[in-house]
Amino acid sequence: MQSNFDNILQLRGVVKSFGEVAALKGIDLNVQKGILFGLIGPDGAGKTTLFRIITTLLLPDRGKIQVEGYDVVKQYRKIRNSVGYMPGRFSLYQDLTVEENLNFYATIFGASVKMNYHLIADIFIHLEPFRKRLVKNLSGGMKQKLALACAIIHNPDLLVLDEPTTGVDAVSRKEFWDNLRKLQQDGMSVLVSTPYMDEAEKCDQIALMHKGFIMEHDTPSNIIAGYSGNLYAIRSSSMQSLLHDLRGYEFCESAYLFGQTIHYRFTADNEDIKILRNYLYEKGHNNIKTEKIKPGIEDCFIHSANYAEDLN
Amino acid sequence: MTRYPIIQVENLVKKFGDFTANDHLTFEVYKGEIFGFLGANGAGKTTALRIFCGLSRPTSGNIHVAGFDVYSQTEEIKKNIGYMSQRFSLYEDLTVRENIHFYAGIYGIKRKEIAARTKQLLEELDMEPIANKLIRGLPLGWRQKLAFSVAVFHQPGIVFLDEPTGGVDPVTRRRFWELIYDTAGRGITVFVTTHYMDEAEYCDRVSIMSEGRIEALDTPDKLKRKYKAENIDQVFLKIARNK
Repeated sequence: MQSNFDNILQLRGVVKSFGEVAALKGIDLNVQKGILFGLIGPDGAGKTTLFRIITTLLLPDRGKIQVEGYDVVKQYRKIRNSVGYMPGRFSLYQDLTVEENLNFYATIFGASVKMNYHLIADIFIHLEPFRKRLVKNLSGGMKQKLALACAIIHNPDLLVLDEPTTGVDAVSRKEFWDNLRKLQQDGMSVLVSTPYMDEAEKCDQIALMHKGFIMEHDTPSNIIAGYSGNLYAIRSSSMQSLLHDLRGYEFCESAYLFGQTIHYRFTADNEDIKILRNYLYEKGHNNIKTEKIKPGIEDCFIHSANYAEDLN
Repeated sequence: MTRYPIIQVENLVKKFGDFTANDHLTFEVYKGEIFGFLGANGAGKTTALRIFCGLSRPTSGNIHVAGFDVYSQTEEIKKNIGYMSQRFSLYEDLTVRENIHFYAGIYGIKRKEIAARTKQLLEELDMEPIANKLIRGLPLGWRQKLAFSVAVFHQPGIVFLDEPTGGVDPVTRRRFWELIYDTAGRGITVFVTTHYMDEAEYCDRVSIMSEGRIEALDTPDKLKRKYKAENIDQVFLKIARNK
């Protein structure tokens, strides 16, 4: 493999199994230096396994992985110095204070809080009043901020975050993404995983991951532009029976609840919305609204995942 | 149609020392509705949920769940509700069948009935071929379906779902909501918390909590109109950011 130093990350044919469970089934991926990259997928997709391999905490069964041109197997020491990792479960020492945790993480990387304070200043401002408090007495949101500060205090080139926003409310999630964007703008490469599809649009590039495969990899807007076929948003006064009736329609490829509407696709050759409307009217629906819409990332994910299942 | 209140909450206050987790909550949940209970982390949702399930005693207020008083009739409440959370639901080192038996037993279903109803549930869920498999090896989507089914196995008046869909893929998440719809259609009230704002749109009514108080409660459509928002996500942000 040729090393390409415009890429912070290069993966070729990465395979990893745990006993009978195949967690990664052949991952190829390049991530450019200096971008905010999102790995989007549900639990069990293989995101954590992939991140643990990238951060040199787990060996792959097969495949080649380079981080900043260094091999994860042979040159793991070099990689560890330049990567910051925030695992899914909190990585903090519960019986140390906020300040002690931060000093600890800085020291093991041979850095100091004072030297790199500018990196964490925006985040630490919220933690300042609690600097002498034990971590176990912090709220979840505060722990999350401190974990981020600890992961970047040694000024890594690549920051890897495993589901930092899972279980976090919508407001805190938005604030956390603002922090990540700021770090990227300051020159850090950021690799983040999330099961929330709506967070895809906050990334420069994304990979959609499902069952050990990467289904698609591109910018969010290119993935949306590449969605084949038409998508309709349909609603009526009775949404529960609408879902049932749409699925019962002979030219239905798929119908899924999406907020206040149902997202609907026709089978390939019978796309006639007027006939569908008549069918729904005959089924007793009122206030039928149909609209051709632009898909979101979640639509793309569902479509790709269904396509992949059909192939199997 | 008269709406029959199955949860009645009047001036619920819960304090932990100086901290007021629930600050005079007053609302009702009606039989057969899907009620979304939203709020930021730390807004007081879990505290209230524990009180409604008979697990924690309020500081003051008048609260009835399924007609039972949360101070004096907590055992009756526990028999008449179901509860499921993403974090704790099934025993991983028991099989599918053993989990069903276990839950049937603790919910007081008669020994004679358990075998027949277990068989029926396994059929409904298409889980007969895996009845003797350990939960540990099952995909998350199947576990959730099973966890939900055992939570309503004893036909409770209400089922409380605490973030039931976290982490699952988009198709599984939607299948789960279809299950919720079916359950509500059978007259079981569904009380659900979630961080997915699109799921709030599937509820008949939603309440949004902030700092211990209910700041908004209505149908999703009415909330969107009131807050001039396109979706519940925007309503949520407007309420939470104003704090």
